[in-house]
Amino acid sequence: MTLENVVRTDSPPLLKIDGVGKEYFGNKVLEEVSFTLEAGEILGLVGENGAGKSTLMNILFGMPVIARTGGYTGRIEINGREAAFSSPFDAIDAGIGMVHQEFSLLPGFTVTENILLNRESTKYNPLVEVFGERIRALDRADMTKRAKSAISKLEFHIDSNTVAAEMPVGHKQFTEIAREISRDNTKLLVLDEPTAVLTESEAEILIRALRNLAVKGIAMVFISHRLEEVVDLCDKIVVLRDGRVVREAEPKNTDVYQIASWMVGRKIEGDHSRRVDREDTEPILEVSHLWVDMPGETVRDVSFTVQRGEIFGIGGLAGQGKLGIANGIMGLHPAGGKVVFDGKSIPLNDPAHVLKRDMAFVSEDRRGVGLLLDESIDWNIAFTSMQVQGRFLKSYLGGLIQWRDDEAMRDAADRYIELLEIRCTSHRQRAVELSGGNQQKVCLAKAFVIGPKLLFVSEPTRGIDIGAKKLVLDTLKRVNEEQGMTVVVTSSELEELRAVCDRITIVDSGRVSGIRPANCPAEEFGLLMMGAQDIAAAVER
Amino acid sequence: MMNRLKQFLISNSVPIVFVGLSALAIPISGYSAGYLVQEMITRLARNSFLVLSLLIPIMAGMGLNFGMVLGAMAGQIGLIFAINWSVVGIPGLVLASLISMPIAVFLGFVCGNVLNRAKGREMVTSYILGFFTNGVYQFVVLYAMGNILPVTSPQLILSRGYGIRNAVTLTGLRLALDRAMNFQFKLGDFTVNMPIGTFLLIGVFCLFILWFRGTKLGQDMRAIGQDMAAADSAGIAVERTRVIAIIISTVLAAFGQVIFLQNIGTMNTYNSHEQTGMFSIAALLIGGATISKASISNVFIGVTLFHLMFVVSPTAGKELIGQAQLGEYFRVFVSYGIIAAALVLHAWKRLRERQASRRGLRGETQG
Repeated sequence: MTLENVVRTDSPPLLKIDGVGKEYFGNKVLEEVSFTLEAGEILGLVGENGAGKSTLMNILFGMPVIARTGGYTGRIEINGREAAFSSPFDAIDAGIGMVHQEFSLLPGFTVTENILLNRESTKYNPLVEVFGERIRALDRADMTKRAKSAISKLEFHIDSNTVAAEMPVGHKQFTEIAREISRDNTKLLVLDEPTAVLTESEAEILIRALRNLAVKGIAMVFISHRLEEVVDLCDKIVVLRDGRVVREAEPKNTDVYQIASWMVGRKIEGDHSRRVDREDTEPILEVSHLWVDMPGETVRDVSFTVQRGEIFGIGGLAGQGKLGIANGIMGLHPAGGKVVFDGKSIPLNDPAHVLKRDMAFVSEDRRGVGLLLDESIDWNIAFTSMQVQGRFLKSYLGGLIQWRDDEAMRDAADRYIELLEIRCTSHRQRAVELSGGNQQKVCLAKAFVIGPKLLFVSEPTRGIDIGAKKLVLDTLKRVNEEQGMTVVVTSSELEELRAVCDRITIVDSGRVSGIRPANCPAEEFGLLMMGAQDIAAAVER
Repeated sequence: MMNRLKQFLISNSVPIVFVGLSALAIPISGYSAGYLVQEMITRLARNSFLVLSLLIPIMAGMGLNFGMVLGAMAGQIGLIFAINWSVVGIPGLVLASLISMPIAVFLGFVCGNVLNRAKGREMVTSYILGFFTNGVYQFVVLYAMGNILPVTSPQLILSRGYGIRNAVTLTGLRLALDRAMNFQFKLGDFTVNMPIGTFLLIGVFCLFILWFRGTKLGQDMRAIGQDMAAADSAGIAVERTRVIAIIISTVLAAFGQVIFLQNIGTMNTYNSHEQTGMFSIAALLIGGATISKASISNVFIGVTLFHLMFVVSPTAGKELIGQAQLGEYFRVFVSYGIIAAALVLHAWKRLRERQASRRGLRGETQG
């Protein structure tokens, strides 16, 4: 054993995460997370939404939000020294670079200017003596040189004079990475979903570039939902679930399918008794090439068909666009494409028309879109129906004057309070005073009272307790069976979808990655969520 | 090719409209070419400096700085002291500028800090701040001068013993800069005076702006102007830089007002500064600038076109309808209207950009 080897094996790892835990207001989001990372190593960090990846990276990067919410437990070491950063700038000084999911490039700046933002090369001039360092002139030639050398480390060609606004998305991603590695001391790069916005060929080039960087000694934490990439690129994979490291594995000893099952975990199996054969039913809703511009939930190109009388599920990870579909069809966000309902095409961006055509929507934004918070339960239940269908109104003078029919409203409210077990003092109680679960029941009642042929329900059980959850889901099943109402449920909780739906479509990156019967194994849905259609299809076969 | 032409016409629609209006109004007014050239040269010399002072805040993403009125007030206070101490000629102007500078720095500092608390609403905030500061200015000029501040010249002080007269003749300062290096040439029968000194100063200012864009501070301002959050996360001191931008603008506006008034020759103590902001901003917008983008060429095109309308429209109105009043109404209407139109256009453009980015969401299949 040579001396060099001794030093190498004894030297502390580049990054050591040791028993890190974090609570947000008594809610444990990270617990006892530990792993290490050596120079030049690439670590894949995978997990579902809410598994704690972002929180872990926020801690590592010294984001102020961590300190504001009570700090964290455990220890982070860089090269054997404790690293407790109070701001991202400390983390940068310590050699950590972060490439965010959203681009932070300045649109009007060139590649060079963006790469060297706030780290420009400058030249002295006499005015510096009067006005200080910031009046130094920029040294364009040197800046171009530095930017080019950073780009060349990626072994990918970008013209350093291109303005960011005119670049394709892939080039923007490269520019961001070049910015991080242009710092001389960068030794650890955190990449949060760097390939999410890239096309397949762009992603391949990026993966190759990252490999080159690793060879040059830069360590990386690679966060991605695309498991194939993770297996392909990383030296080591850490799987997070519910804030814990459930598995640390080497790619050569595992495969995508196994990783997906670790991520999803063994959850309580739902009641998959719904296997109604609906082969011969007709379609009620045909959606083709729908796009929706909903902030944070962009739908790019979605096509699917819902059969009359079925419960259709829409699942997928947060931010992939599943919520945008219902909002787009109901006209709440700018949308385009073609939607045919009950044989007739419906205009988009016109909520009143859609409601008149016997479709109803229970929004995921219960308090914002769903309810008139300061009004009573009966008003809330009757409101949409009154506006759209003219019910709960008394007409006088041949319809010239219309008055509210309080009696009819009260009757309807009382009926639904009993039916849905809404816990309240009376139908006059204001919606804002109800618990989340009971508010959700009011939203459902509001939709039921319209008597729709098709009901969209988004995140029906978000933020409500278990008892209410069951009641809400059972109610959906009941109206479906008893009244033949077609229901489209959008939910982040796969198990919930599998429990109530006939078929489930999974949305990834604003596109449908697959439609499966609800009784397919959970792992397969997991793979679809990670955008691994091909493998999911292979497994199915 | 057609597309590029269309793009050019759209982005330069405002100056094109004004070129068209001037082309109609000039023959009707019956002014000679020599007269108009003289007027334009005079007005370019008089106003360009003021309009140029607006450029730096636009670069820093703070919109059109109505707060330049604060600088104009500082410039006037400088002039009052120069008159009071009977310093004439170029030294008088230099003295006025030197006195106005610390006042402008202070006012700019206050204005910048206020605007940092009103991010995204800089224009309306600076506009109202102008009104407020006008009150303070009136207190200083109408009450404190002669009472607390040592202003004694009977040429300035109201007969009651304190406060400055409404109209102050800038004796000894009038045209001090313009006449310093005057150049005359003949255009037809008309002798045109060209104030070379003033233009040299304006030229130096333009060079300063060009150079400033290439400094670290200028680069930081451009970064902040494009995306405040991104600049902040890169470690640029956003708020401090914004304050500096406003201070530079206010100080330059003070100098600009000194140049402006030495050309006019008399100072309306209580009114001269009020219209400065409005007219400068209108001129810049007519030159094709927007709230987020303005260049030096916008300044000169804008000043020329705006003042061409200014000169020509009263006479054109008189010739057409027999009333000079109409032209006067027209130019007031134009200066307010163009600002409103520029704001609406800006909002419309932003909407179009958002729609364009939305079009990118439809996926490849839609084409």
